[in-house]
Order: sequence, then structure tokens, then C-alpha cells
Amino acid sequence: MQKNLKTRTVIIVVTILVCIFGIIGIPKSKADLVDNVKHNIRLGLDLKGGSHLVMEVQVQDAVKQDAQNTMEHLQQEGVKANIVWNSAEVSDPQSVDDADKVTATVKGVAAAKASDFRNLVGTEAPNYVLTALNSTDYSLKLKPSDLIDLKKLTVQGAIDTIGNRINDMGVSETSVQQYGQSGSDYEILIQLPGVDDPAKAKELIGKVAQLTINGVDKAHDTPFASREDAMAKLGGILPLNEKLYKMKPRVGGQGDEWYLVNSVPVITGKDMRNARPGQDDVRKWQTSFTLSPDGGKKFARFTGDHVNDKLAVILDNQIVSVATINERIEDSGRIMGLSTEEEAEDLSRYLRSGSLPASVKPLSENSVGPSLGADSIHQGIVSAIAGLLAVVTVMLVYYKRSGVNAVLALILNTVILLAAISYLHAALTLPGIAGVILTIGMAVDSNVLIFERIREELRTGKGVIAAVDTGFNKAWWTIVDTHVTTVVSCAFLFLFGEGPVRGFAVTLTIGLIANVFTAVFVSRTIFNWELSGQRGMEALSI
Amino acid sequence: MELFKNTNYDFLGKKWPFIIASLVLTVAGFGSIALRGGLKYGIDFKEGALIQVKFASPPEDNKIREAMLHKIKGEVSVQDLSGNGSVNMVEIATEAKGQGESQLNANRNDMQSVLTDTFGQPGSGKLDLNNTSQSELANRLRDPLARAGVALSEDQVQALVANILGVSNTQHSGLLTDLSQLSSVPGMNAGIMNTLRQECYLAPFHVAGAQMVGPKVGKQLQEKAVEATLYALAGMLVYIAFRFEWIYGLGAVIACFHDTLITIGLFSLFGKEISMTVIAALLTLVGYSMNDTIVIFDRIRENLKISRKESLEAVMNRAVNQTLSRTVMTSGLTFLTVIALFVWGGPVLNGFSFALVCGIIVGTYSSVFIASPIVLFWHNYADSRRKSPVVGVSSAPRKAVR
Repeated sequence: MQKNLKTRTVIIVVTILVCIFGIIGIPKSKADLVDNVKHNIRLGLDLKGGSHLVMEVQVQDAVKQDAQNTMEHLQQEGVKANIVWNSAEVSDPQSVDDADKVTATVKGVAAAKASDFRNLVGTEAPNYVLTALNSTDYSLKLKPSDLIDLKKLTVQGAIDTIGNRINDMGVSETSVQQYGQSGSDYEILIQLPGVDDPAKAKELIGKVAQLTINGVDKAHDTPFASREDAMAKLGGILPLNEKLYKMKPRVGGQGDEWYLVNSVPVITGKDMRNARPGQDDVRKWQTSFTLSPDGGKKFARFTGDHVNDKLAVILDNQIVSVATINERIEDSGRIMGLSTEEEAEDLSRYLRSGSLPASVKPLSENSVGPSLGADSIHQGIVSAIAGLLAVVTVMLVYYKRSGVNAVLALILNTVILLAAISYLHAALTLPGIAGVILTIGMAVDSNVLIFERIREELRTGKGVIAAVDTGFNKAWWTIVDTHVTTVVSCAFLFLFGEGPVRGFAVTLTIGLIANVFTAVFVSRTIFNWELSGQRGMEALSI
Repeated sequence: MELFKNTNYDFLGKKWPFIIASLVLTVAGFGSIALRGGLKYGIDFKEGALIQVKFASPPEDNKIREAMLHKIKGEVSVQDLSGNGSVNMVEIATEAKGQGESQLNANRNDMQSVLTDTFGQPGSGKLDLNNTSQSELANRLRDPLARAGVALSEDQVQALVANILGVSNTQHSGLLTDLSQLSSVPGMNAGIMNTLRQECYLAPFHVAGAQMVGPKVGKQLQEKAVEATLYALAGMLVYIAFRFEWIYGLGAVIACFHDTLITIGLFSLFGKEISMTVIAALLTLVGYSMNDTIVIFDRIRENLKISRKESLEAVMNRAVNQTLSRTVMTSGLTFLTVIALFVWGGPVLNGFSFALVCGIIVGTYSSVFIASPIVLFWHNYADSRRKSPVVGVSSAPRKAVR
């Protein structure tokens, strides 16, 4: 028994040291200690403050865009092969559920060219399924497998792009991830810790929209003062394929500026490879950019045809910059004549962040200001200490010396729980604290069970050592049953639950495992240690 | 000290009053839910937008509501969150049924601007230090500080601003009432203080948090939480059935169900909201109630092994009496922690601790008066059909204790 006791003590001491190291590391000073604890015990957004956003990627945008691009491509190839049609239309999906229903309808293909048309679609748009509606009209739909791939890619693209944009804003420890199942859910979860102004956090993400570069109408390349002004000057009719866009207000700008812009973009953010601010020979600010080979070809064709015309950089349906084309630009160019470094930086950030393949819609937001988080922590700590003090007092009064065992086990349990959170890089959240409370409840229960059993055995007239032995043994199976049942339920909560429910399950499971160790193993060792000191002891303080 | 020594109360003989009390509570709870037209869900489970605002003085609910109604479509509710360790705090919520996410988003942003227009100094041209962000404040102070002759590098400006907001958030709950409260900020001096006074003002409120939940997510969360809980209950039923007998599993699960239903009913009776944290509390109480039930079942099983001749009811009574001391201690101690949470835990944890306060009371007596009678009823019924007096014991093999 003496040797056994030594092994047990070593195990316990090692566990305590490992746990304490996990929580405080090896601090060199008091400030170091506080820093280490803050670093190791990460708090969830609900405690530390931050924003938790769920956005839905409008995948139908991407599906529609793909159909439109395909139709454009078919038209070009069709003209070359002398196959023409009267009209081509792509249906307009309203929500993500409509993404699967996007169809392109081609009308008026000459009946004589029917087989040529079929061949054209087969070679130029092999991932589309062609259905004949009648002798001259057809519908095209993306193949199901390609549709799934496209949707997955779109969501992934959105995650990457939003991630880049947030990182560019200098917020640390952000996370952007798929929310729900890949392929059937199009939601992404964005977590922004420490963003001190919730409304601003929203604005950061709200900026996320499509980036395009469009040609400005040659005949009207000076800005209009308002939409009304523009309509009046245009004679009340908006020219075909052109749209009015407002210029983003600038510092020192004179009132609103509106431009008439071609609605078909020359290139989109997808074609953008890189962009960075810099200064030219005369130290004027500029933004230089590079394009993908494909984008470069498109851009060269357009700029070659439109030297001295203007281009508009449009982000979020707002013009962020208008520049004049000085020469034909292939895959790299510069936007010159910017007034400040900030303007050059902003523009390069807009260009660099690329475009989202589809827009995103906010589904939910949960922002906790740092002050509310600080309040919650403060109130949580006050009530936890008050509760623990009450428990400790009652345990010591009711179980006397043995109550010390329970209190030590309880403290060690909390230490192990915190250490596990630190080692697992998990974060402590409010539902997590709920798990901690249940853990404490069950830890108290395990001790009470054991002590009551020992008392019962003592009452039957057993000796102290035998009573402790039987008490622990009999309580053991009850403890196993209660703990396993709860762990089983935690497993289900973790598998089927989401977010907060999962946090609860994880802390509770860790707490229960720690509890089996502290309430049974540690408490038992302390009893043995006390008993071995006074062999043949007659009375146990319980 | 020992409170219950060799007690011998006839618990199961008094089951009927408790079962009836349970039924009454359940009916009252559900009646209240029906009368109120359904449960009151927190923002996480319904569509809507809300902001939590702290005021410097007791907030004028009517003034807030009126100001909001000018700008925001739909219903606006102002709920007092004071008490539980927080003062002068309100939750302003709008419901926008069927208006979709973008409207909710607009509402949430509008609420904040309405507050500034009503209670702040929108025309003063100064920055509201109680509702600003680090970058906003840094941008605002950088040039005036330089003009005032306070030479700071960009890093120093950022550190100063972070410290100002840090002191405000941690020591004053984000709501300053006088700029002199910032004198403890590291590096503060007369020049900085003067600049602050020139450039900033203190609105008598602070927006502490905001939530927006669109129709899609609200429904999803609700379904997921219910689904997870049901699976968890099923999982526990299977485990207990395996360790004891299937009727024990059923009894325990029905008792848990009973506790959850009564607690939900009490939420309706007291007009409290069911939010995501309340769901966490319900899960906690399921765990707690299950734990309590298993301890008693375990003792019943043990007693059945030693005394096969006794009636099941007597065996159960003895088990409850034997565990009585433990039940009272555990429930009492857990109750103490939860009461502490209820009193000092703050508004965020209020619903959570309320659920646990109810749950511990209900969960404790349900083990004795709901779970055990179910097992008893079933065995009496099965015996009367079989006409054999012997009571079945655990079908699962149980190894002798070490």
C-alpha cells in the first residue's frame, strides 16, 4: 500500500504541474503571469467582445453569371460558324433556392441549323444540358454535377475573398469558415474578435461586393451632378446597356458625381491578380495592377479600341475611381494622378481584394461590445466565487476534515478544466461556463456520494479503513453510470448541435473526465495518505 | 454533522400529491403558453434586431420608444434589463416579420443613429466618446493632438486610444460620465485632456451589444437545438436501458422531459424569454436531473440484489431514504451556486440561472416522484399480468465491486 501510495502521489503531482504549466506557463514576473493567463485561456466572443456574423453566399448569382458567360461565348462561336438565333435569355433567380433552376432559353434557331446548333453546344458548352422546346427554341441548363461543383467553388471563393479583405483591414484572430454542410448550405460564419464598434464590423463585411471595371460613355465622360441632371441631359432615356453610377464621396469632392457607364464590365475582380500603391517619377501617387492572362487579353482589346476614353472602377455599385486610358494596356497597368497616399492605398486594396464570385447577404449578427463582455466576466467571477465559497463552507461544516478532500478535489477539477481548455486551444464561452457549473455540481455530487457511503459503512460498525474502502467501491459504479450517461448525451449534443450547444458539450465532457480523476483517484489518495499516517485509527473526521 | 440518519419516510406512498402537483404545473405552464399565444423567444430564435444600451441615468422608455417609432417600421419594444448586477440598461428590439434580412439590418443600424439624434449631440460636430471605435477615435485625435503640441508617434497615438477605450470599457462599463474619469489612463496629460475636451463629448448612453437574426437562421437554430436535445435524450435512454432495464431508461427520460416541460412552462408564466443560453441551461438541467435519477436507480438496483423478497415499493422507499442525505446535500449545494448566479450573474445570465433555479427543484423531486413511480407502475402492471410476485432485477450483468 505504501508503494502504491507513492505512485499515486507522483501521478497527481505530475498532473498538477502539467496543468499549471498549461495555464500560466513559466512566468518571470507578475505581469508575465497575467499575460500568460490571458494568452492561454482564450475567451469566446461573447465574453471578450466581438462580432459573430452569418452570411449567405448568393450562389445563384454565380450560376446565372456562368449561364450568361456561356451564352455570350456560344453567340460568338455561333456567329463564326454561321449559326444565329433571335434571342437568348437567362432566367433571373431570386434566392439561393432558385440556383438549381437557372435556365437559359435560346429562341429562333433556324430549323435547318438544328443539328449544327446541337454540335455547337456539345463542343463549346459541354457542361450544359440542351433540351429542345420546339423546332426552333431550346433551353440550356448546367449539368447537376457541374452545378454542385460551381456552388461549392463559389462558397469557397467567397470565404477566401472575405478572409483576404478582413485580413487587409488589420483585425487579428479572425475566422471565416463554412457554416453548415458544404454543398447544400451556402452560409459562412465570420468571427471578428475585438472589433470595438459592432456597426463598423458590419460595414467591413458590407463592403464585400463585386468589383468590376467598366467603360464610361464616350459622349458623356464628365460627371453629372445628380441622377435627375443626368436624365435631363440624356433626354429622359437611359441608353441601352448603360447605367448610371454614383461616385463614392471623396474628401474635398464637390457634391455628388454621377457617371454613365457601360453595364457590361470590361474585366471583373476575378481577372485581377495584384495591385499596390506607389509613387511615379514626379512623386505623384498611383496604383499599379497586374491582370490574369485571360483578363489581360480582354483588357488589351478594350483599351486598344478606347484610348483617351475613361474607365470606371466600380465596387459595391459605387464608382471608387475614374481614370483615362492613356494607351493600350495588356496585363499590367497603372492608375495615375491620385491625390493622396490613402487614396492609392484604398484603391489598391479594392482592386487586390478581388471580386466575390457572388454577393453575400447577412443572415444574422451577434455583436458583443467589449464593455458588455467585461461586465459578464466580472459578474460571472463574482457569482462563481460566491457560489464556490458557499459550497466550500457547507462541505467543511458538514463533512469536517473529509470536506477538505472534497474542496481540494473541486479546486483541482477546475484547474484541470482550465488547463484542458488551454491545451485544446478552445475558447471559454458563456455556454461553456454553463458546462463548468454542471461539472462543479457533479463534482460535488461525486464527493457527497462517496462520503455518504463511507458514513453508512461506518454506521454498520466497520473499521475506518474498511469503511473507506467499501464506500469508494460502492460509490464507484454510481459515479460511472452518472458520468457515462452524461458523456453519451454530450456526444449527441456535439454531433447534432451547433455553436453554443457544442461549446457546452465540450467543456462538460472535459469536466466529467477530470472529475472521475479528482473525486475518485485524488480524493482516495488523500484518504489513504491520512489513514496510512495513523495506522489503526479509530475515528475518521467525516 | 449529519442531518438524515436512518430515515424511513414513505416517499412512494406520497407520490400522488406530487404527481398531481406536477400535472397542475404542466397544465398551468401550457395554459399560459396558449394564452400568450406561444412562447416568448429570444432574438436568437425569431427574426428581429436588437441593441443593448446602457444609460447614465434611469432610461425614459417612452422617449426611446417614440423616437424609434419615427424612423423604424414595425413594432419596437424597450425592455428593462436592470437588476442582477447591472443598472440603467435596456434592450431595444424591433421585430420585422416577413421583411427579410436587409430590412432588419437597416433597422439595427437605424436604432443606433436614432439614439444619437435623441440623446446625443449630433449637431456639435464632436465625436461621441461613449460610442466610438478605436480607429475613429485615433483619426479624430491625431491632428488636433499635433496642433496642441502633444508630440506622439503613430504607435503612441494608437496605444493612447486603446488605453482610453480600455479604461472606459473595463472600469466604467463603457459609459463615461465625465472626461476626468480618464485621468488614470497611462500617459494622460493636460494637453491630451484638453484636446479630448475639444474634440469629444460624452453621450449619456453606450451601445453595449447588437444582435440581428434573419428568419432563416432563427428557424435553423431552433430546429438544431431541439434535434440535438432529442438525440441526446434517446442516447441516454439506450445507455440506461443497457445498464438497468428498459423501463428504468424510459422512467428517467420521462422525468427529464417532465422537468424540461415544467421549466419551459415557468418561463412562460414569468414572461421570460427562451434564448440560446436558456437552451444551454435546459441541457444542464437535463444532465442534472438524469444524474439525480441514476443515483437513486443505482441504489434500487443494489437493494434488489440483497433483498428479493421485499416488495419493489419497499425497496424503492429504502433506496430513496438511503440516498436522501446525498440528494439534499447535492441539490442544496448546486442550488447555492445557481442562486449566486441568479443574484449576481448579470442580465446575460439571468435567463440561464432562472432555468437552473427552477430545474434543480423540479429535477430533484422528479427523480423520486416521477421516475421511480413509472418503474413501479410498470412492474406492478407486468406482475399482475404474470401473476408472479418476483420482481425483475437488472438484466445487464454487473460485476461485483472491487
